[in-house]
Amino acid sequence: MTNHILEVEDLKGYYRGLFGVVHAVDGVTFSLDRGKIMGIAGESGGGKSTLAQLVSGSPPPLLYHEGGRILVDGIDIYNIDPEELRTEVKCKRMSYVPQASMESLNPVKRIRDFIFDVVGQRTDKRVRTKERKEEVLEMAAKHMKTLGLEKQVLDRYPHELSGGMKQRVVIAISTLWNPKLLIIDEPTSALDVTSQKRMIKALLNLKQIGIIESMLYISHDLTSLRQLCDECIVMYGGKIAEIGDMDGIIDDPIHPYSKLLTSAIASYDSKGKCTHELKSIPGSPPDLREPPTGCRFHPRCPSVMDVCKTKEPEMIMDGDGKRGASCWLLTSKTG
Amino acid sequence: MGDKQKTENNEIVLSCEDLTKEYTSGLIRTKITQAAKNATFDIKRGEIVSLAGESGSGKSTIARMILRLIKPTSGNITLNDRSIDSYKIRDYYKQVQAVFQDPYSAFNPFYKVDHIISRSWGLREDNLDDEERKEVIESIFSSIGLNPNEVLGRYPHELSGGQMQRLLIGRSLLIGSQLLIADEPTSMIDASTRAGVLNLLLTLKKENGLSVLFITHDIGQAQYVSDRVLIMKEGEIVEQGIVNDVFCSPEHPYTKELLGAVPSLYEKWDEFP
Repeated sequence: MTNHILEVEDLKGYYRGLFGVVHAVDGVTFSLDRGKIMGIAGESGGGKSTLAQLVSGSPPPLLYHEGGRILVDGIDIYNIDPEELRTEVKCKRMSYVPQASMESLNPVKRIRDFIFDVVGQRTDKRVRTKERKEEVLEMAAKHMKTLGLEKQVLDRYPHELSGGMKQRVVIAISTLWNPKLLIIDEPTSALDVTSQKRMIKALLNLKQIGIIESMLYISHDLTSLRQLCDECIVMYGGKIAEIGDMDGIIDDPIHPYSKLLTSAIASYDSKGKCTHELKSIPGSPPDLREPPTGCRFHPRCPSVMDVCKTKEPEMIMDGDGKRGASCWLLTSKTG
Repeated sequence: MGDKQKTENNEIVLSCEDLTKEYTSGLIRTKITQAAKNATFDIKRGEIVSLAGESGSGKSTIARMILRLIKPTSGNITLNDRSIDSYKIRDYYKQVQAVFQDPYSAFNPFYKVDHIISRSWGLREDNLDDEERKEVIESIFSSIGLNPNEVLGRYPHELSGGQMQRLLIGRSLLIGSQLLIADEPTSMIDASTRAGVLNLLLTLKKENGLSVLFITHDIGQAQYVSDRVLIMKEGEIVEQGIVNDVFCSPEHPYTKELLGAVPSLYEKWDEFP
């Protein structure tokens, strides 16, 4: 058994639509250690969600896996039988909670009946008998409890629950089979600050109790990533701009894009108003149908050089291979 | 940043007194929901006041009452010491303009931006010829940080969210309004362009003496942009004061709880209560 729960090698995923090919994820390589939480940060249009959809094993229509390997717990998910992927990998080894997943609850069913449906589908056996029902409910209630939900929620309809509760119900359902890896896409973006905190706490709790082992957490909100994650990837234009430990990326970013991203955020500080002026990043994200040549960030980069416009920078990792960035500034510094 | 000293001008632009809005529901209108309860505050000239709170706390209700989109159940609002109901609606909107959450629905998608901008000339009293109009447009575009040649010939869907919000703010400059109601203006645009809109508000406050009611649930933004803050909970303003007083030494238990839940970029939560 390797030490990595997830290994992604040179992953490419393109959207093939009527208006051309969108290079949404273009050569992404990283690995996630067991027991770690990795965050994926970046602007909209950076390829965060596409990456998550590719790792989930079932990309939506128009998104195609174009190359590269994804190993989830040692299983190459694009190289196995789809049925095996469904029964062996999904939910058991990896669970994916997409963006706006709270809308996926069935509005005419109580949560408990919805859970019976899901369990029935997964196990190819409908939940009929009283004993089986109780067994399933007990399991569900246990998961709900770790997420801070009461047992009574099971008897409610989705419209009776608040957004944060629905979100947590969905997470509870997707972790019913104790997946080793949970991929979760923007769970807090539709929530209030107080429910956001509750959500982050619930996710950490899931990991501490051992229901899940590792997590891939996608968010554009660096402040909540900071509270939760051990490691972080900053994506820009379908590529990894910087990868490394969370604290390092925030406190001492290497890539110009991560530097700009952290300085653009108005963060609350209990010590007083921040004294520096926030800077927004000029320009807008690139059109990935025709990505810019060379470094994809060069049209917006404040420290652009001639080489950036023509040649693509390679990912340069530091000594212990944990921290890296793809920027020509690094090569020119080290010679 | 000693903003307290900068606002020497203490002229009150807008003041709200005991503002209450009740919604009735139920079979014979027996159920009463109080969306706003006795809200009392004022906004001075050249001041940015933030209204912060969770969703459902009544922030937008207050904005809509100030904008005369809904009528308050009781209480009164005065603009420049005159009750807002005594203004003709047209005169009122000359002075009070708004920027809402969703920039994409604020523009008519069938028209190009120059048409949309030209519709606003009707609210100005001066009759300018084309040359003068061009000059005004250019000066406004430079203050909102957009290039008129890039933006004017385009349709709204070709612009980014940040550009559209800037245009909306620019439109209120064109009319020459004194008060801008900004209802979550940054929540739908990307984090990287948010700072631009916030900085624009700060510049306009300094240079044009614009007063802003900045409604947000993002405490970080409220802290960055405002001079004073109002914290709302369930329709009531539970705490108000100078930004550093409220955010650094909150007094009301709810403010403390709210601030405790805000994730900060620079420090990690040690424990989760």
